[in-house]
Amino acid sequence: MNDALTTGEIGSAMTSGSATAAQPTVFDSIQSWLVTVDHKKLGLMYIMYGLVFLLVGGMEATLIRIQLAVPDNHFLSPQVFNQMFTMHGTTMVFLVGMPIIFGFANYLVPLIIGARDLAFPRLNAFGLWLSVFGGLLLYFSFVGAPGMAGAGGAPDVGWFAYAPLTGKAFSKGHSTDYWILGTMIGGFGSIAAAANIITTILCMRCPGMTLRKMPLLAWLNLVMCGMVLLCVSPLTAAQIMLLLDRFVGSHFFDTQAGGSAALWMHFFWIFGHPEVYILIIPAFAFASEIIPVFSRKAIFGYPVMVGATVAIAFVSMSVWAHHMFTVGMTSTGNTFFVVSTMMVGIPTGIKIFNWLGTMWGGKLRFATPMIFSIAFLFQFLIAGLTGIMLACAPWDWQLNDSYFLVAHFHYTLAGALVFMIFAAIYYWFPKATGRLLSERLGKWHFWLFAIGFHVTFDTMHIPGILGMPRRVYTYQAGRGWDLLNLICTIGVAFQAIATLILVVNIIWSLRKGRPAGNDPWDAWTLEWAATSPPREYNFAEIPTVRSRRPLWDLKHPGDPDWKYE
Amino acid sequence: MKSRVLLPIYSLVALRFTQGSVWSAEKADPALVPNIFAPESTPAHAIFDLAVFVLAITGAIFVVVTGLLLYAVIRFRRRADDDGVEPAQVYGSGPIEAAWTIVPVLIVIVLTLATARVVHELQDARKPAGALDVQVIGRQWWWEVRYPKLGIVTANELHVPISQGSERSPTFLDLRSADVVHSFWVPRLAGKLDLVPNKVNSMWIEPERPGLFLGQCGTYCGTQHALMLLRVYAETPRDFARWVAQQKKLAEEDPSAAAGRLVFERTACVNCHAVNGTVGDGRFGPDLTHLMSRATLASGAVPNSPEALRAWIKSPDQFKPGVLMPAMNLNDADLDNLVAYLTTLK
Repeated sequence: MNDALTTGEIGSAMTSGSATAAQPTVFDSIQSWLVTVDHKKLGLMYIMYGLVFLLVGGMEATLIRIQLAVPDNHFLSPQVFNQMFTMHGTTMVFLVGMPIIFGFANYLVPLIIGARDLAFPRLNAFGLWLSVFGGLLLYFSFVGAPGMAGAGGAPDVGWFAYAPLTGKAFSKGHSTDYWILGTMIGGFGSIAAAANIITTILCMRCPGMTLRKMPLLAWLNLVMCGMVLLCVSPLTAAQIMLLLDRFVGSHFFDTQAGGSAALWMHFFWIFGHPEVYILIIPAFAFASEIIPVFSRKAIFGYPVMVGATVAIAFVSMSVWAHHMFTVGMTSTGNTFFVVSTMMVGIPTGIKIFNWLGTMWGGKLRFATPMIFSIAFLFQFLIAGLTGIMLACAPWDWQLNDSYFLVAHFHYTLAGALVFMIFAAIYYWFPKATGRLLSERLGKWHFWLFAIGFHVTFDTMHIPGILGMPRRVYTYQAGRGWDLLNLICTIGVAFQAIATLILVVNIIWSLRKGRPAGNDPWDAWTLEWAATSPPREYNFAEIPTVRSRRPLWDLKHPGDPDWKYE
Repeated sequence: MKSRVLLPIYSLVALRFTQGSVWSAEKADPALVPNIFAPESTPAHAIFDLAVFVLAITGAIFVVVTGLLLYAVIRFRRRADDDGVEPAQVYGSGPIEAAWTIVPVLIVIVLTLATARVVHELQDARKPAGALDVQVIGRQWWWEVRYPKLGIVTANELHVPISQGSERSPTFLDLRSADVVHSFWVPRLAGKLDLVPNKVNSMWIEPERPGLFLGQCGTYCGTQHALMLLRVYAETPRDFARWVAQQKKLAEEDPSAAAGRLVFERTACVNCHAVNGTVGDGRFGPDLTHLMSRATLASGAVPNSPEALRAWIKSPDQFKPGVLMPAMNLNDADLDNLVAYLTTLK
């Protein structure tokens, strides 16, 4: 690849770049995005792709909540409702979470380690377009695939697609095939991106940046990508087996011919549980960059933070069957997964304490990225504690697949991941565009979203405790669930308005936002040494670093970090 | 869409706030709310006790950590008169980090031991001599219930005796599935356990007082997962014996319903449904021998009555869209006769 550009080549690239920029037609600018191999453009496209599907998935959630607002509602038919929660779950994990975390990794990792691009720029573009193709294929099912029970359209087997419901006998038509192929192709894209980022971090760090001096964002993305390589593959394998079942009559999951339903569950959750850590570790990464900068302190306990992340990754590979406490494992099997699941709580707790330790004694600035991060800390704490409850197998026999569980994992994926994605957008938007997002709209966005989130998801724990299972398209009056469901639905309105404010903020700030300069937050990592937006080659000269916070060293030559690390 | 969705919302909001009722405008009978915190059976009690213990510990953690977070946010906010000097840089502290590693380790050990004890107590319980055996078979979207030693086959309702004093009579359930994965969940009696095809799972319940306990399928199983409801009647030993005796009887011959029986036996009904003592021995749908002894139709979708039964047979989809029972397209006379016959199946 072209990572050994000479200065002359950079110069000529700059001139030719500015020549086309002088008179770009619409076609030119579209083409420049379509054919780009630049990690920043690809990263932004990943993020945009994820944000568009965030709106789509949000609309699906809204339809679900409208249907459940009152008992015995006929707003959606059961077939459509089942499609909505299947598509909502699949969309939020595969078409929102994964693209956005890969988008940020794409954009930030080369900048933060002082590299000019990812190791394999073309592979990077290939990965993005595979993911996009997978997403579009999945959504094509709305027009392309008759589903079960005569329902036209989208998959309706749940995002976990339990066998044998996905078998030919129970899922006729091709909706399930679209689900398999769409998510499988997106998975190929993820594997490509992960391999690329791992290679980049291991091989292309700037001089002086040893692994011990690498910012946490890079460390956590390295761990995340390692997990992607290990755990997306089992899902892909299982999906190929399912395709064989459906198309050539094999019997892996065909229970009527002696296949195994539990086999699919093991395959799915050995992907599915690490997957939630894959999604949450980048949220940790954002928090580990944002909280120090807005507390004006170095991250507390860097080596422990790295160790805890690796420990989470390691342990989380052996907890998958806590999704299967109700499947009928032996008491020994159940106890093993109780122990392993509880163990994840230890490094996670350490992380929360270290973020608190970072804030302790600092001078906290409550800019929008920071308030989203503080809310993340609070919500992630609660998500962790309800996670402990669910790890107690006997209690899980009650709570599993109830609305309590739905509330719990929305606390992790919305309350933690989505809040940190918002924080990251506010934090790095000025770097990517050269303009700051409006703080005023940002505060509105935060408060409306936080209120809506808590109205919906705090309330949602209770119907679960009152015995309401998830994935039901309706419920009868008189179970004590009515008012609670109505409150959950009302909270959605706040979240929808808040998200709209974010969209307005992005569009407005792109044109009128305050110019950011290179380093609007007075931050310390290398991406803030580049221009905003960074040039195609990131750094005119590859920097040399001596500590984890090179810009701190630069700003405080009398008291640099490398004396203490 | 507007009127269908928003109107009920408005009216319900108004209704609820004027009533000031926390749970429901429909006056949910607390006894029928399947609340996991209102246990009525030995396994549910054991889980409840564990839950209270775990809640106490996690509640304490919540208070401490949230307190620290709040304190940090208030105490360490940047003041208006800030001097612009960066605060002291602290890179970590071995002893402090060791402390907040060791404390969670201890908590996890305690929680794990408490949990393992309950797992063992519930999963490895010995079946006492007086236990009742019941088979529950999950089907899309209803429950087949069999009492192998008593020769009873019924659907969507489980009748079990209560344990009184030292005389324990728990019910041991064999869970199986005829099609996809389902889950047996009656929250006030026990945690849920899946019904997995090609696998026999076993759990037990032991209610302590007579009553009706509601439950439903806990794992998504297809279009009508939502209306796969389940009722468990816990009865005194005497009432239970009476129910058993009644269920063991053959279907009664009522000459006035002979025409309806002919309809039943000559249409496709018999392919899926059984009535003891007739040619009908289908097993795809619920056994109808004592149909009218059950409180609901279609696995709880609608209360059982001759009118509902007629409407159901005419068009099952109206109560349960996507249900596997087809509309039978009978003419009105046949339909009336059939319903008249079915209502004799007490």
